[in-house]
Amino acid sequence: MESRKKMDKRLIDNQLFWPLFALAVLLVFDFFYLKGFFQIEIVEGHLYGSLIDIVNRATPLMFMSIGMTLVIASGGIDISVGSVLAISGAITAIMIGGDLVFVDGVQHHVAHYPMAVAILVALVAAVVGGLWNGLLIAKLGVNAMVGTLILLVAGRGIAQLIVDGNVITVYYEPFFYIGSGFFLGLPFSIYLVAAFLALIMWLVKKTAFGLFLEALGSNRVSSRFTGLNVQKIMWACYAISGLCAGIAGIIVASEVKSADANNAGLFIELDAILSVVLGGNSMAGGRFSVIGSVIGALVVQTLTTTIYAVGVPPEVTMVVKALVVIVIYLIQSQMGMKTLKTPAASAGEGALKAGEAKS
Amino acid sequence: MGTENVLVRMDGICKEFPGVKALDNVDFTLRHGEIHAVCGENGAGKSTLIKVLTGVEHNESGKIYLDGVAISPKTPMEAPALGISTVYQEVNLCPNLSVAENIFIGREPIRNGKIDWKEVNKRSEIALAKLNLKLDVSGRLDEYSVAIQQMVAIARALDISAKVLVLDEPTSSLNKIEVANLFRIMRKLKSEGMGIIFITHFLEQVYEISDQITILRNGQLVGQFETAKLDRLQLIAKMIGKDLAEFEKTIKEDVRDAGAAANEDAFYQARNLGQQGSINPFDIKIGKGEVMGLAGLLGSGRTESARVIFGIDEPDSGETEVDNKKVEIKTPADAIRLGFAFCSENRKTEGIVANLTIRENIILALQGKRGMGAYLSHKEQEEIAEKYVKLLNIITPSIEQLVGNLSGGNQQKVLLARWLATEAELLILDEPTRGIDIGAKAEVQKLVLQLAADGKAVLLISSELDEMVRCCSRMAVYKDKQKIGELKGAEISEINVMKTIAGGQK
Repeated sequence: MESRKKMDKRLIDNQLFWPLFALAVLLVFDFFYLKGFFQIEIVEGHLYGSLIDIVNRATPLMFMSIGMTLVIASGGIDISVGSVLAISGAITAIMIGGDLVFVDGVQHHVAHYPMAVAILVALVAAVVGGLWNGLLIAKLGVNAMVGTLILLVAGRGIAQLIVDGNVITVYYEPFFYIGSGFFLGLPFSIYLVAAFLALIMWLVKKTAFGLFLEALGSNRVSSRFTGLNVQKIMWACYAISGLCAGIAGIIVASEVKSADANNAGLFIELDAILSVVLGGNSMAGGRFSVIGSVIGALVVQTLTTTIYAVGVPPEVTMVVKALVVIVIYLIQSQMGMKTLKTPAASAGEGALKAGEAKS
Repeated sequence: MGTENVLVRMDGICKEFPGVKALDNVDFTLRHGEIHAVCGENGAGKSTLIKVLTGVEHNESGKIYLDGVAISPKTPMEAPALGISTVYQEVNLCPNLSVAENIFIGREPIRNGKIDWKEVNKRSEIALAKLNLKLDVSGRLDEYSVAIQQMVAIARALDISAKVLVLDEPTSSLNKIEVANLFRIMRKLKSEGMGIIFITHFLEQVYEISDQITILRNGQLVGQFETAKLDRLQLIAKMIGKDLAEFEKTIKEDVRDAGAAANEDAFYQARNLGQQGSINPFDIKIGKGEVMGLAGLLGSGRTESARVIFGIDEPDSGETEVDNKKVEIKTPADAIRLGFAFCSENRKTEGIVANLTIRENIILALQGKRGMGAYLSHKEQEEIAEKYVKLLNIITPSIEQLVGNLSGGNQQKVLLARWLATEAELLILDEPTRGIDIGAKAEVQKLVLQLAADGKAVLLISSELDEMVRCCSRMAVYKDKQKIGELKGAEISEINVMKTIAGGQK
């Protein structure tokens, strides 16, 4: 009994417990209230179903939550990611575009510039955006919220300039593969996330970057006095966050086969921050878990999908989402503190009931 | 000594933190009209005992009685309502508010739905007048010295309630006159029947003011004694649980060794080093195997010199040489690369990283020196951490404990371990023994001398002159942001340092 309790405690103390728990509660709700939610079909060797759909749709958010985790761990925040996403999408779309040509009497679409070049330029632009944030915040000491607010506002303007105020449609088949192609039965973008996550995990766990970042986020002054290059580390965080937003922008553009500078990634920075928080990370910086944030992103996407699927009227979806987020957040923080004192089961019921009541 | 006079009684108090038993079955009794000192090393449980009494922490078992009635304050708001006021170690006020606002924050008198500022100011003046203080109560708090701020905190505490007053290290930022003033007030309050709990590291003050002493060690009660019947040596012996005479002897012997080892081989040399506004240009030379001291009063420029040497504040004049080679030190990273180490006087804000584990804190500087790529493996990290935990006698259940959970003395040792792990050649130690207990103090002093004996250069800053005299083989004296003289060898004595400071140019 004693050892059992200890194990339970260790489980609950684990940062990943509550994000996974929230995800499980949402999925259980879906299981009972949405017919065929867990059904996965194989069509032409591709897996289809709500679960696959959620993961697929969550990929841009997962990318952004990875970058956001690092920025928040450094003690900052990056609210410019939605605009960076729009810039990256706009660049890719305008550079690829797609011209109709006839080869031997057959219609073909060819890209303005090679796709690889377009993507590279978009990513470089996104990283430059991140470096700009780093310049303001790490170098000049501007408050992170204010510093990234500049790019949040200016970035969308830049994106609109790039597309000249139009929605740019892409007519180039190979580009669509990124956002809606399948590889070995699964959406291709999932592999992109997995690969990028692996890269970041390597950076965080196998180099000293993670340690430095946690030290810097916990105590910036001592970190400097200990000889850490605080500016460089912060700069790297914002650059990575920019890169993440850039990749997300390409995925989104590929998915919808166009670039809409006005609406692409609108308010997605809030979802990204939310993912980080629901992943059990502290907004104060310091200790962080990238995996937690990725799970957080899945929670956010599952919630969004669920709300649409149960037929909440569109005018109130945001309100319902906010309410459920509050419930999840309260459970996490409350339960985290009280750990075993409150039985987990009752909390689970509470969340479920809250979800029911709202739907 | 009847029981009828008892004001506070704490019976069998137990409190456990993760991995540490902070209080183990501790009893405590405070009577009306008594000043009661609580003594013990860092980590002995003094602060925890106070926090249990004032509702900041909750005891797992045991009972608290106030005037014979059982109480269990759940929040720091409840205790004052019961009549227990506390002035914490760090001044817990809002520097950007006025004096009066600070005294009445959270309990402003309301009239017609608005704060009655006239009343606030009037009552603040009365509260301060009780402490013989006359201030402009509408002035911002941070316009006043730390000593006055401390007094304001006490005025606030007294105005809230006045049965029991808890003073946690109230004198650490006060000068002699201010301390005398505080003591006068404490005696007055005592004569009015108030019970005062007084926590301090200064043993002289314990003897000057207290009637009773409760001694704690490692979370356990050693005993309660009448101050008049317990001599200093006994007190110290009970606090550290060791024979003091032996301690003193080993330290003194080491000093002699270190003095002999000092040589002329300079590791670090600076000419005209300075930064406008913080420290006037000065020359300094630190030899291998010597302990160089920077003496002077608070704000004299000793810490500023250390910061310029270490590159925290970029110097705007002067040249530096390390091992007879010209170098430029503009950031701490530059200094660390050259083999410097710096233990800041502000352990919590500039030293440890409280949210990281002991292991991570210890390897941090070494890893910083190695760079991001050459990450020490987990096993290497553990080996290094274990080595220094053992070497410096850091008391912890595990190297994975968060440093924030350790006592002050152990945090200081972790900080030292961090720099020892880099195998630094020049260690700049700014107040390495501040706020830590006698036992740890002696260990740190011994370590300083040991480092010098091993051929390291040590730059020591301490406000405690006896410590400086004991450890240093050479000493630079500072006054008003200027180096005013140097003492060496036999010249070093407390009286000479004071004379140098008093006399200005030597």
